[in-house]
Amino acid sequence: MTREAYRAALKDVQLDVVEMSEMTASAIKKSVQALKDRDMKASERVVKGDKHINKKRFAIEKKCMMLIATQQPMAKDLRMLGAVINIITDLERIADHADGIAKISISIGKDPIVKPLVDIPRMAEKGIGMLERSITAFQNKDEEAARKVCDEDDDVDALYDQIYRELLLMMIADPKIIKGATYLMWAAHNLERIADRVTNIAERVVYMVTGKMEELNVSIY
Amino acid sequence: MKSKLKIKIDVSGLNFYYPNGTHALKGITLPIHENAVTAFIGPSGCGKTTFLRCFNRMHDLYHGNRYEGEIRMDGNNILAGDTDLMTLRSTIGMVFQKPTPFPMSIFDNIAFGLRLKGIKNKTELLGRVEKALKDTSLWDETCDRIMQSSQDLSGGQQQRLCIARAIAVEPETILFDEPCSALDPISTGRIEDLIAELKENYTIVMVTHNMQQAARVSEYTGFFMMGELIEFNKTTKIFTAPEKKLTESYITGRFG
Repeated sequence: MTREAYRAALKDVQLDVVEMSEMTASAIKKSVQALKDRDMKASERVVKGDKHINKKRFAIEKKCMMLIATQQPMAKDLRMLGAVINIITDLERIADHADGIAKISISIGKDPIVKPLVDIPRMAEKGIGMLERSITAFQNKDEEAARKVCDEDDDVDALYDQIYRELLLMMIADPKIIKGATYLMWAAHNLERIADRVTNIAERVVYMVTGKMEELNVSIY
Repeated sequence: MKSKLKIKIDVSGLNFYYPNGTHALKGITLPIHENAVTAFIGPSGCGKTTFLRCFNRMHDLYHGNRYEGEIRMDGNNILAGDTDLMTLRSTIGMVFQKPTPFPMSIFDNIAFGLRLKGIKNKTELLGRVEKALKDTSLWDETCDRIMQSSQDLSGGQQQRLCIARAIAVEPETILFDEPCSALDPISTGRIEDLIAELKENYTIVMVTHNMQQAARVSEYTGFFMMGELIEFNKTTKIFTAPEKKLTESYITGRFG
């Protein structure tokens, strides 16, 4: 592989990460929309789609390993590939959380939802925004933007806290809804974990740019 | 840059000029740590081999070369006019790019330096030759033919013989000038393992074109370009997050 082809391959890996992040963001969006709309078929599609995201992760990882083995990347190239291997692992786990939300929706089945969904879609929106901004920071090698993404995790934690308290009060008032409320709690927890995973991605971007490994925001959950 | 390792050689403000006036080394200042491998990398003609050859004053073999600055080994400036070069070169061994066994037996190759040091006793010579061969993992391969010609050995074995010859006289520092560039990957691996073992007892300075080799075997790496030391740091830092743009560009293959 010539140096030019090598650089093109590095660029290709970056574009693959962007593509995988778009697939992941779409999975989160669809899983929460399906939960809200009580659309079983849409939830099933999210579950099926998770396989494609897993495949994409393996394909990117394979490319990274091939480049490491054949090109012996150094310095910023090495950091980029190291960051990518970690980022795709987080993306794959984020997609698993979307898959988890879809499965929760399927488990709720035809039962009515215990409360109208307001904060859960808000959490999803926030998480997707964080994910998109972290990947933009990755593309632009923007340390500052990556750090800002980590700060946003507190907002997601606050929303989760709010949902948790609200559902807890509802369960105390009416124990019959415990099952349905627990499902929603799980969905919210999946979204909270998504935001945590996004902060991991942002931390990797900071490492990729600066060469320093830092823990930027430790979630309270 | 802090380090727990003791500094064996302290280079400060070193300039080197060839007889035609070429300013080949420009104000080099760096420490060489004891019992560690220090590697120098850089494009051809950057001055890394010129630098290596200052440590045993090899440039003195040619008339008109000129040094400025200091190279302090254990506190003594080896560039001083009164330095005894024989003594200096017996404390600093050197291994070259291509294996350079003398056209004589394996035994005589190693005994050569020992005899120069005045050791004549055959039993002692034999003992020290055996030790040097064992230390370079050559003994098992050559114990039944040490009186045979060194030219019959493979390239990798010849290079290990040269290392055995260098360590037989018990130097404190060993200079390696591209020690594996003429060897296959298996022989290269053996030499690299050997270097890792040797650093327990010796201070090692190495010049290599192979950046992966520098990354594999050294604790410290210096990057040279056009006679200047661009960056010197721990190897892990140089190859993962170098501080200078030039280093970054060189090690990622963007020039050079």
